[in-house]
Amino acid sequence: MRWSRRTRRPRAGRIARRPGRGLRGDEQVAGWLFVAPMIVVLGLFLLLPIGMALWVSLLDWAPSQGDPFAGGGEFVGTDNYSSLFVEEGLARQDFMTSMRNTFYYVVFVVPLQTALALFLAVVLNQRRLRARGFFRSAFYFPSITSSVAISMVFLFLFLNNGGVNKALGWFGIDGPPWFSDPTGIFHLALARVGLQSAPPPLAATEIGGLSVWEWLSGPSVAMCAIIALVVWTTAGTFMLMFLAALQDIPVEVDEAALIDGASTSKKFWHVTLPQLKPVLFLVLTLGLISTWQVFDQVYVMSQGNPDKTTLTPAYLSYTESFIGQNWGTGAAIAFVLFAIILLMTLVQRWVMRDRDRPRRARRTRRPEVVRP
Amino acid sequence: MRTTMRRTAAITSLALLASACGGGFEEGSSEGEGATSAEGNAALRVLIASSGDAETNAVNAAVDAWEEETGNTAEVTNSADMTTDLSKTFASNDPYDVMYIDAGRFATYADSGALYPYGDQVENSDDVYENLRETFTYEDELYCVPKDFSTLALVINDRMWKQAGLTDADIPTTWEELATVAEKLTTPEHKGLVLSPTRDRVGAFMVQAGGWIVDEEGTEVTADSEANTTALTYVQDLLQSGSTAWHTDVDSGWGGEALGRGAAAMTIEGNWIKGAMQADYPDVDYSVAELPAGPDGKGTQLFSNCWGIAAKSDAQEQAIDLVESLTSAEQQMTNAEAFGVMPALQSLQDEYAEKFPEDAAFVAGADHGQGPVSLPDFEPVLADFDSDLAGLQKGDPAAILESLQQNGEAALS
Repeated sequence: MRWSRRTRRPRAGRIARRPGRGLRGDEQVAGWLFVAPMIVVLGLFLLLPIGMALWVSLLDWAPSQGDPFAGGGEFVGTDNYSSLFVEEGLARQDFMTSMRNTFYYVVFVVPLQTALALFLAVVLNQRRLRARGFFRSAFYFPSITSSVAISMVFLFLFLNNGGVNKALGWFGIDGPPWFSDPTGIFHLALARVGLQSAPPPLAATEIGGLSVWEWLSGPSVAMCAIIALVVWTTAGTFMLMFLAALQDIPVEVDEAALIDGASTSKKFWHVTLPQLKPVLFLVLTLGLISTWQVFDQVYVMSQGNPDKTTLTPAYLSYTESFIGQNWGTGAAIAFVLFAIILLMTLVQRWVMRDRDRPRRARRTRRPEVVRP
Repeated sequence: MRTTMRRTAAITSLALLASACGGGFEEGSSEGEGATSAEGNAALRVLIASSGDAETNAVNAAVDAWEEETGNTAEVTNSADMTTDLSKTFASNDPYDVMYIDAGRFATYADSGALYPYGDQVENSDDVYENLRETFTYEDELYCVPKDFSTLALVINDRMWKQAGLTDADIPTTWEELATVAEKLTTPEHKGLVLSPTRDRVGAFMVQAGGWIVDEEGTEVTADSEANTTALTYVQDLLQSGSTAWHTDVDSGWGGEALGRGAAAMTIEGNWIKGAMQADYPDVDYSVAELPAGPDGKGTQLFSNCWGIAAKSDAQEQAIDLVESLTSAEQQMTNAEAFGVMPALQSLQDEYAEKFPEDAAFVAGADHGQGPVSLPDFEPVLADFDSDLAGLQKGDPAAILESLQQNGEAALS
């Protein structure tokens, strides 16, 4: 019955799957055999460790207590998770601080690096530009250099008497002690307009162990240095993606737009940019994922200091586990981070969905293609 | 149907594989039993976190001598990242038999049953400084014997000292004198005193004021005491006067670097500074003095590593024998000469002070030194305290200590 109904209203792709011993019945075995090595590798090195970590996140466990799968550690249910969100204490305070820091970090890094990458790609895509190869390598260079090495260089640049502050000094600006200044830049801006300390209602109201005033601090001066570093290093990678997409855009479209009398800026916003949408989605997604997971730079440059304003969930997960020996909490943080990244990506997919051509309209207008 | 069956088969085999891998771990042997012993000659594995070639060579030589004497074998591995390697070794079924255990992390490992408490089976364990014995005692059992120890002292740049017109008579013995001297030593180019914003340096002032983060038994948090507030307020006054700064404020990685680069006239560091100064700043002349006394008299901080023996080791008897030979009075003096550490035995105090007169201030600290806080789950609490200390100059000492008190109590309960 169901079969006949399907044949009447076929959907693309579905019909190829035939049950039973058909023309391609034996291919299934071969198919599984071909996929088997990958399934084993993925299962062993991806699914299994994820499952193990999930189990550990439900335990009060340290490696010195023996095998967590043979009774080592105490099962505490979701205690590790509630210590991050509900229970008052240091764990929640640290976690929420890391959330705030990383939120500001993402909010600054993702738009900045995407804009910079796009700008560089558009510049490089101009046919009149000389020495394109040189600039392309130069912009891409930071991306292929080790992040630890670059972090070390930035550490020297941002010293109190380092290159950045000396350069600022030429313009008569007294640079801050970058990596020891925990003041948030929103707080600094508010101080400029005369709001030196927290207004009582903001200081008194707490969300997740941090006062609203603390939530609104913005990235600290130290975090700004890290933001600058990351924008500078990753923009090159994304520039390359934009560049590839730009070179895919047919010249005719550009010319047609010019003939129609579009100005350069109109052409960019209404002709070029819409065609870059899939790449923009890719760049934003990759950017979101990597920024939420920021670890190397913090590990090398600041270790969460000053005053925990560069603490990030990934780094906190590391310190909780390896240094604090609270592996359960560390694993729980990792899973919360995973959920956040998943959620952010879904939200972003939804925001960037194709609004111009709703599905229903497309289906009624176009005849469906029936594949053999 | 067939697809479903195959899928089930695939998942089952995956699950089987998973359980097979999970079987790699096994439960450790329970503690409290007598020492395990290998049949015949034992093959021990030793994990150390060496401070440099000198230490690695000295340990290797000592282990070789023991191998020759007993017929057992022991393989020494040097770890670049001790916390990670210890986590790995304790999680495995076949851990290193003997390893360095840091005093600050000791309780975490002892609490989880990863260490075999052998301390009292070692002959000269009574000779170990009382403070150090306490540091490595958990629930009334001496778990391991220290290999050596370090204390904090005031390290002074001789040239700057003379330039400021100071003499030996001016070496500070009280807090007031320290503040005065730091003021005099401060110039636009360098600070009078530079130290690190951590409980491992500022804590010395707490000891001198008669306070500490926990009580003597290590069962109660005593952070918000009057004495601790006095200590932090004093350090805050130093910072606010401009004569003193954190090492981060003078672009240095630690106090020794600040002293060596001439950014500081004085710093508070341990005896490890000797090796660093020799290697990196051989031209800088410096001398070492005891830390000044506070309202409660003299006080300093004590750091140490002990030789831990794994609870899961299957040759504990041989391991104890190895540790005994590594911590013998003779060996500890050899180590002192080889890589500049201080022997952890009281009977060697005079001999050491005679041989290394320039270290008299460090070794004197053994009598009034306070070991690190060593409680399970305390690491994040102390890290939070450190991060608060960095903001001490503009902060409120009482509030900092109150938050330490609350977090500490939460961690202990």
